Amino acid sequence: MDSKPTSFATTGRSRKGEPFVWLTAAGLTMGVVLTLGLLGLVVTKGIQTFWPDRIQVFEIDTGAGTEKVAGYVVQERERRDPQGVDHEEIQIFRGNRELFGEKFAFFDRASIRSQEIPEDILLVERMEGGHVIARAGKILRADGTEVPANDPGFATSLDELIEKTDTKREELRRIEKIEIGRNAREVKELRSLERFEGSTPETQARLATLNEEFLKLDAERNLVRQALAGDVLLLDAVDGREIRIEAGELLHIFRPNQAGVIGRTGEMLRRVWHFLASDPREANTEGGVYPAIFGTVVMTLVMSLFVTPFGVVAAIYLREYAKQGPLVRAVRISVNNLAGVPSIVFGVFGLAFFIYFLGGVVDSWFFPRSEEPVFKSGGVLWASLTLALLTVPVVIVATEEALAAVPRGVREAALACGASKWQAIQRVVLPASLPGILTGVILAMARGAGEVAPLMLVGVVKSAPDLPIDGEAPFIHAERQFMHLGFHIYDLGFQSPDSEAAKPMVFATTLLLITIVVVMNLAAIIIRNRLRKKYATSSF
Amino acid sequence: MSDTFQQHPETAIEVADMDFHYGESKALKDIRLTVPRGRIVAFIGPSGCGKSTLLRCFNRMNDLVPGARVTRGSIHIDGVEIHSPEVDPVELRRRVGMVFQKSNPFPRSIYENVAYGPRIAGTKSKSELDGIVEEALKGAALWSEVESRLHESAFGLSGGQQQRLCIARAIAVRPEILLMDEPCSALDPVATAKVEELILDLKRNYTIVIVTHNMQQATRISDMTAFFYLGELMEYGATTKIFTRPERRETEDYVTGRFG
Ligand SMILES: Nc1ncnc2c1ncn2[C@@H]1O[C@H](COP(=O)(O)OP(=O)(O)O)[C@@H](O)[C@H]1O
Ligand SMILES: [Mg+2]
Repeated sequence: MDSKPTSFATTGRSRKGEPFVWLTAAGLTMGVVLTLGLLGLVVTKGIQTFWPDRIQVFEIDTGAGTEKVAGYVVQERERRDPQGVDHEEIQIFRGNRELFGEKFAFFDRASIRSQEIPEDILLVERMEGGHVIARAGKILRADGTEVPANDPGFATSLDELIEKTDTKREELRRIEKIEIGRNAREVKELRSLERFEGSTPETQARLATLNEEFLKLDAERNLVRQALAGDVLLLDAVDGREIRIEAGELLHIFRPNQAGVIGRTGEMLRRVWHFLASDPREANTEGGVYPAIFGTVVMTLVMSLFVTPFGVVAAIYLREYAKQGPLVRAVRISVNNLAGVPSIVFGVFGLAFFIYFLGGVVDSWFFPRSEEPVFKSGGVLWASLTLALLTVPVVIVATEEALAAVPRGVREAALACGASKWQAIQRVVLPASLPGILTGVILAMARGAGEVAPLMLVGVVKSAPDLPIDGEAPFIHAERQFMHLGFHIYDLGFQSPDSEAAKPMVFATTLLLITIVVVMNLAAIIIRNRLRKKYATSSF
Repeated sequence: MSDTFQQHPETAIEVADMDFHYGESKALKDIRLTVPRGRIVAFIGPSGCGKSTLLRCFNRMNDLVPGARVTRGSIHIDGVEIHSPEVDPVELRRRVGMVFQKSNPFPRSIYENVAYGPRIAGTKSKSELDGIVEEALKGAALWSEVESRLHESAFGLSGGQQQRLCIARAIAVRPEILLMDEPCSALDPVATAKVEELILDLKRNYTIVIVTHNMQQATRISDMTAFFYLGELMEYGATTKIFTRPERRETEDYVTGRFG
């Protein structure tokens, strides 16, 4: 086009400030990239934890000969030795803790003579001692018969063995945890009754029957234990040594090198399910995180139950009734600043006020006979209240804004219909501001579910024997300590003796925590959008 | 009806020597005006002359505005001074209903909008409420249009329907007086015609005070017209007289559109 200037030709002024646009875009990009990077890392690492890798057998030159090692590659790295020579190293998970002591080992790539993927390698999960990687040896039955690995019935025998172990273990758990537990609790109650009111023939008789019952249960338990102990599985490690696993220890056997894509996917799903639905084992480094999921969700929900009415009522008073002036301004500023107080401070407050003071009062009123503190120790109720206090500013601020955003016309309409101020608020203003209030609750939930520091003071523990809600009357045990995913991550990553072994669990648990927070938020957002549709502000 | 009605059968609202202030600034001065019962009175005048302010005095809606107050004179409704201590503004508003310029349905269903007034007044029985809602919606000429979707959101209605819903909501309380602040200013001509028809219909049961910017509307529906200018009541009289033989210069300029 001809470059003859017209009266509309640019003077350059229209592009003024364009660099700032780039700057803002760059800022946003940076934030997005960092967030995606974080999510990507957690998701890939978390999923890797569950995907069953092929097990390789390496022949390694030790200088004095060769040695065979079986395992899967965990990572590769470069290491510079004191002479300044670079070595390529691989880290292998080789399991078999009783043989090596460490479950992980580094090998120089240069020292690897050969590597292969033999079909017959087994990956065995057991109750204690971590995974075993070895070839099948034979099954030694309690009755003295044995089934060698080359027997055509070996695979079915092995499956039978595991199935039998599973049912027996379930039986044992039922006897120990439920029946003996119930028995012990009743004995304890009776004993404390006797101590305060003296023993009567009735209590003595009851105690005697309980003791009889206990003896019967104990005998039953020993029977099951014996049944579990009898059988043994012998395995041959690739370096020729033998590993002995009692059937009672056996959890699961998988042949990673034989399984196709479907088999491996199935194994992955099994692992995911196991992770979600079972209790932790071995100082939390193995097994699942079910109690922690449960604790996190229960605590977050109970917290929302407290924080929502409390925050909404406070905001209604502040915005609608309090005489706006210096005092209300000061209160508002304080509430806003409360959101900035380090969360550990709330933990300390919760410990001092809720547990020692309120818990002490509750105990002296309702449990004067209990030997141990009931409410005067950390528990899910106090933890929820502490977090409710921590998140209440979020709800107050959001509710105040939502109330302020209700159009004046709507309020006036309510009053013009002859409503009192409270009627107008209750039936018109509050419903109209419900979506905004829910936004505040969502933010509070997100904040509360991810909080760890204060919880360590008011009720979270590394491992809790019982869930805060179960089938045992009175079903809701608000005084019980509980597990929490956030604390679980901290505990696994920084408190466990074998942090290398716990690393995959850390990532998986992190992924899970993020997922749970997202799911809870999504649920709340869906509810809010429903309400918003219902209470949509006039488009006219 | 109340005893006061028996004593003052002709007068619904009586304003005497009234001044009104928003904080320091005077919005109305020396207003003297009588609204006869069962009539439609139109308030006209340029923007900002105080029509809405006076209207909102009648149901004490200005109580909500900080610093707004009547500084002189009195307003009697049914012979009772509405600012006297024994008058409960909530009761007053139940007897003096209001329809606003911008339609403002509640964020609830059509049914709940209309049932709101009777409900907060203590009507609980479902059948009674159903009756009131139907009657009010019929009174607002909306029943046939919304009969099938009573429990859907009020925001699904068109602008004109929303405004008629607001009228239905106001008459469901069964007030004696209905205040309307430019009820048609945001409506298209068809919706406006419907609302006007409705207002004429309502005249049988209510005393109506309506603020309007539309001269034709004032002539079509009102019996009396009050012309306001800069916070003062310039001229008040029969609508035909105000529009054909105004006494004051300003009124004539305004009604003939020469105002400026
Ligand atoms: N809430 C208020 N606070 C202060 N001044 C107001 C308020 N409402 C109205 N006014 C003033 O009072 C005068 C009359 O307003 P208004 O009654 O709304 O006029 P109209 O309805 O005739 O257009 C205007 O000057 C306006 O600026
Ligand atoms: Mg106005």
